[in-house]
Amino acid sequence: MIALLRWVIWRDMVLAMRRKSEVLTALLFFVIVVSLFPLGVGPEKNTLAIIAPGVLWVAALLASMLSLNRLFADDYHDGTLEQLVISSQPLAVIVFGKIMSHWFLTGLPLVLISPVLGMQLGLDSDSIVILLLTLLIGTPVLSLIGAVGAGLTLGVRGGGVLLSLLILPLYIPVLIFGSGAVESARTGLGVEAHFSILGAFLVAAMLLAPIGAAAALRISLD
Amino acid sequence: MSVSEFFAMGGYAFFVWGSYGVTAAFILIELLLVMNKKRSLLHSIFRAAKLNRE
Amino acid sequence: MKIFTKAYWLQWSSPKTFYPTAGKMIPWFMISGLILTIIGLYYSFFVAPTDYQQGESYRIMFIHVPAAWMSMWLYFVMCIYASIGLIWRTRLSDMMAGAIAPTGAIFTFIALWTGSLWGKPTWGTYWVWDARLTSELILLFLYFGFIALRAAIDDPQRAARASALLALVGVINLPIIYFSVKWWNTLHQGASISIDSAPTMAATMFTAMLLMTFAFWMYSIGIALMRVRNEILEKEKNASWVQELLRDGK
Repeated sequence: MIALLRWVIWRDMVLAMRRKSEVLTALLFFVIVVSLFPLGVGPEKNTLAIIAPGVLWVAALLASMLSLNRLFADDYHDGTLEQLVISSQPLAVIVFGKIMSHWFLTGLPLVLISPVLGMQLGLDSDSIVILLLTLLIGTPVLSLIGAVGAGLTLGVRGGGVLLSLLILPLYIPVLIFGSGAVESARTGLGVEAHFSILGAFLVAAMLLAPIGAAAALRISLD
Repeated sequence: MSVSEFFAMGGYAFFVWGSYGVTAAFILIELLLVMNKKRSLLHSIFRAAKLNRE
Repeated sequence: MKIFTKAYWLQWSSPKTFYPTAGKMIPWFMISGLILTIIGLYYSFFVAPTDYQQGESYRIMFIHVPAAWMSMWLYFVMCIYASIGLIWRTRLSDMMAGAIAPTGAIFTFIALWTGSLWGKPTWGTYWVWDARLTSELILLFLYFGFIALRAAIDDPQRAARASALLALVGVINLPIIYFSVKWWNTLHQGASISIDSAPTMAATMFTAMLLMTFAFWMYSIGIALMRVRNEILEKEKNASWVQELLRDGK
């Protein structure tokens, strides 16, 4: 099972490396959306620091959603996905591997660049550390939940807009506790409660989402 | 309690009747839409059957 | 006993037998819904006393609370039908799930709308981002997602199964709505009624609320059956039994 997981991740990484532009698109989207806010709201430093956690989290959420379409689409179009579904290997494990490599390629770069954007919006260093940690725990949850939606909307016309309608409501709890942690850190309150809830989301999503996404793929390819 | 007093709802007329009115409107519209749908369905089936016979 | 055989139950899941049966049941649900509404409204406005704190504005409660209850209950029932359809692949349960969704969305909207109109005189604001309001809003989005996904997929079987899975994923929101007032200490008041304590409100208020709840419930069943009948007609319009039905009397 570990070997299968490693194989899936390795394969998706190699495929993605051949099309670097797609990986960069999500990252650039994230940077641009965040940079638009000081231009729209005004350069007032205190205001920016107040809205920074929410802005960064919403931008991360949209960027991760934007790339979800690609999660299964390529394999679906060239027929690989159908082979994977009918193969004797456990589909949930394959799906988990695909989600992990998706996160490595789109989620992790966002997390790594977020401190720079946090500084740009005038967050203090303590809040930036918290921001980094919440994104590190939260973005995998986004990829995991999103995989279910990506599986359900596979090959459906207008899939991209539909996907956002299905998935964004389910992202709201992650958004609330992710940006809430940064907000309490900024105002000097404790963040343990937020982190334990985010951690619980991650564990639950890791256990349930691959199974759900596998079921969704089976329905879509039936 | 007089009629006008009743409709004034102790000064909360807008909130109370706004709630009840919108609820009633939504339910009536829903009913009408579903009934309309049925009528047009029956109509089209009826017409198709007639065309078949001719 | 006939009712213990599988064949007895399966015959009800056939659209052909269900269509006329549902047609006979709809007037009963609708009429009882109407009667309950009339009695409920009478209780809400003429029997229940004026609240000493909130004055007449609290009368919004008699549609707000029943609508909020129905919004969650209908989602739950929709999930039950969706999972039955997912497991046993019965077409009728898929249709029922699809027929409940629009009514559920309407009650969710009514709960939000009346809640905000009730919030203005009591809290001084139409909307607050508290846990219960937010989670009820998520419920509305979940209904929209369910309806949109069903509409977007052409193959009816795939549409039913995909939306069923989506409904089941969204079901985690129900306990969040229900317990939100307990888990987070927010503006929204706690449940006025609980099983372990005596109702904190006058008995007549409680009666009015129950009457309205049952009225909404009867209406929901009636309208869902009407929608299922429409869907059956649409899907089976070329079947011989539909043609016979039309010949016997439009």
